Amino acid sequence: MTGIMTEMSETIILQNGRIIDPVNKVDAQGDLWLRDGRIVAPESSVPEGAKQFDLQGKWVVPGLIDMHVHLREPGQEYKETIASGTRAAAAGGFTAVACMPNTNPVNDTAAVTRFILEQAAKGSARVYPVGAISKGSGGTGLAEYGELAVAGVVALSDDGQPVVDSQLMRRAMEYAASHGLFVISHAEELSLSRNGSMNEGQVSTRLGLRGIPWAAESIMVYRELALAELTGSHVHIAHVSTGAATDLIRQAKKRGVRVTAETTPHYFTLTEEAVGEYNTNAKMSPPLRTEEDRQAIRLGLQDGTFDAIATDHAPHSVLEKQVEFDHAANGIIGLETSLSLTLALVRAGVIHEGRLVELMSSAPARILGVSGGTLAIGDVADITVIDPDRKFLFTEDRIVSLSRNTPFLGWQMQGKAVLTLLGGRITYTDLPD
Amino acid sequence: MDTDVKKKYHFRHKHILEMAQFSVEDILHVLATARSFKEISARPIKKVPTLRGKTIVNFFFEPSTRTRLSFEIAAKRMSADTFNISASTSSAQKGETLIDTARNLQAMNPDVIILRHPSSGAPQLLTRHINASIINAGDGAHEHPSQGLLDLMTVMEHKGSIEGLTIAIIGDIAHSRVAHSDIIGFTKLGAQVRVAGPATFIPPRLDMLGAQVCSSAAEAVVGADVVMALRIQQERQHDPLIPSLREYARFYGVNRKLLQLAKKDVLIMHPGPINRGVEMSPDVADGPGAVILDQVANGVAIRMALLYLVMGGDKGAATT
Repeated sequence: MTGIMTEMSETIILQNGRIIDPVNKVDAQGDLWLRDGRIVAPESSVPEGAKQFDLQGKWVVPGLIDMHVHLREPGQEYKETIASGTRAAAAGGFTAVACMPNTNPVNDTAAVTRFILEQAAKGSARVYPVGAISKGSGGTGLAEYGELAVAGVVALSDDGQPVVDSQLMRRAMEYAASHGLFVISHAEELSLSRNGSMNEGQVSTRLGLRGIPWAAESIMVYRELALAELTGSHVHIAHVSTGAATDLIRQAKKRGVRVTAETTPHYFTLTEEAVGEYNTNAKMSPPLRTEEDRQAIRLGLQDGTFDAIATDHAPHSVLEKQVEFDHAANGIIGLETSLSLTLALVRAGVIHEGRLVELMSSAPARILGVSGGTLAIGDVADITVIDPDRKFLFTEDRIVSLSRNTPFLGWQMQGKAVLTLLGGRITYTDLPD
Repeated sequence: MDTDVKKKYHFRHKHILEMAQFSVEDILHVLATARSFKEISARPIKKVPTLRGKTIVNFFFEPSTRTRLSFEIAAKRMSADTFNISASTSSAQKGETLIDTARNLQAMNPDVIILRHPSSGAPQLLTRHINASIINAGDGAHEHPSQGLLDLMTVMEHKGSIEGLTIAIIGDIAHSRVAHSDIIGFTKLGAQVRVAGPATFIPPRLDMLGAQVCSSAAEAVVGADVVMALRIQQERQHDPLIPSLREYARFYGVNRKLLQLAKKDVLIMHPGPINRGVEMSPDVADGPGAVILDQVANGVAIRMALLYLVMGGDKGAATT
């Protein structure tokens, strides 16, 4: 078998790129050799038939990992499929995604997990399923974490809805740890947010929309932190949108609580003003907040309060979005804009290049306990090549995802993935021949 | 064309969505147009041919008696053909989307659609998908521009001008589209708007719209030229905003005693329908200074003016 593989395998040489690999403390110009789906040591002569890419001026980084996406399959294939979602991921420079369980049926059993992984095997990115915390994400009773873990689930979440019952959340954290899993919290105090459709503040007042106060997030974040401290379990806080929650997480980390946290490009890029005149593509949960929150989120990315940038990629069709604002579904797509928006943070001096790689690759790999996030010899060849200067206009016709619900349409972007390699296989290329 | 003609004001709005869309000049023009139409309603034969052949649809997703009737009378006095669709008779209950229903209406080529809808921003949504002029007859807690305009007209009739007046609005500001339109309209015309109500009725950052938030009804009413009470929406009480109507009436009800703090010639207004004894005591509603029925009468004139203006009435054609 090895003989056949060797014959068929080709060598790929990524030449002259700026290799950024913070885990191995590398940031230098050089060549990266790939063979048989792995990173190999460079050799003295270029083998015959080797595929060479001149990547002068480009960055070569570990494949990006988005630890929070919704792929909608099974059940809502008109919004996205595992095939289309992973294609969108590859186009955005991602080699892996973790998909949330709020499909139909909910991923609360091993059979659903196995189905997702079967579909993903044909996809353009690795897919790490997240299982449900409660049966059917209904908020009562634990899902079978042991079976889910064996089937391939990497974490647990009832994302889309908070776990209202504090005792259930406590037990979930404890029981998850017994099976080597951890809980991802959608932190929202429903009694405060119910029926709200945007941030509570000056824009909701102007538009006459029912608001969701910032406290709806931080109250629940505080509960999750307290429960993680009580149980000694690892909790991950999803899609943090407020300065108040960022502060709570920062303080908890200081006193040693096992917490990790993610925020999203829309929270560090946009504010409630993006809702404008009832733009449903600026509606998501939690909602876009104020400029003060946006600045606090950026500070949290800078000082290490946030471990990861995730997109909360949430495809919806016009059926859910071309309706009255208060009836519109929550969520926006994000896979194809995340890298460009994060590169803008680098240009603005908020974070440096190595930190971008940590936030978008190394840390998600570490949190999820999966491969990737480094470029050492012998590592799986999941690699993203970034052109930090490439400008493009983000328009509907270039969207790979099945859905188009994004507030960034018409934005002039700078910087994007130009080559995505999944186990040495090219899943996306945008290099001039 | 000489320069004088070029400078002549033209009303440029195809849709009437919110008070916020108007300049001061726009508002004064609508009010002047309404004043010129008001006399029609006093004639023995209350009909002019101005909008003959125009089709106007009242598209109401919420129960409404007076606003719908006011628009219908306004349209009929201008000789337009009017049709009424309410949520109970429309396809909304069969699961059809607002846009699909509107597109079906559009296919029948109406000239104006007057929309009342429980969702803020619903009129804006319609304008993106159909060609008819849209007049917002109240959207969620957002705006009710024709009500705001008729309130301006009523105060102007009695006070001569809006500039420099103090307007006190008492009640559930957060859930009142009338309050939003009034705050914006009166502020644009140079009045000082004060609002009062329990904190549960006050939305955040109301100063953005130009209103001054007072800590009590008395503070708002002191020296006021106009006191307006808003209807307490009893149907919203699932979200605990006040403990009881009784307690509300005691602390925020507009009564004779409270009005002693206002100017002597204070005008008393209410967008209706009144909960007598709750937000306003009966003697106040029927007493001196009450212009509540003037508001209703002016509503017809304002709506005639709006229909006329969105139909391009300014650009020629004898009006009467």
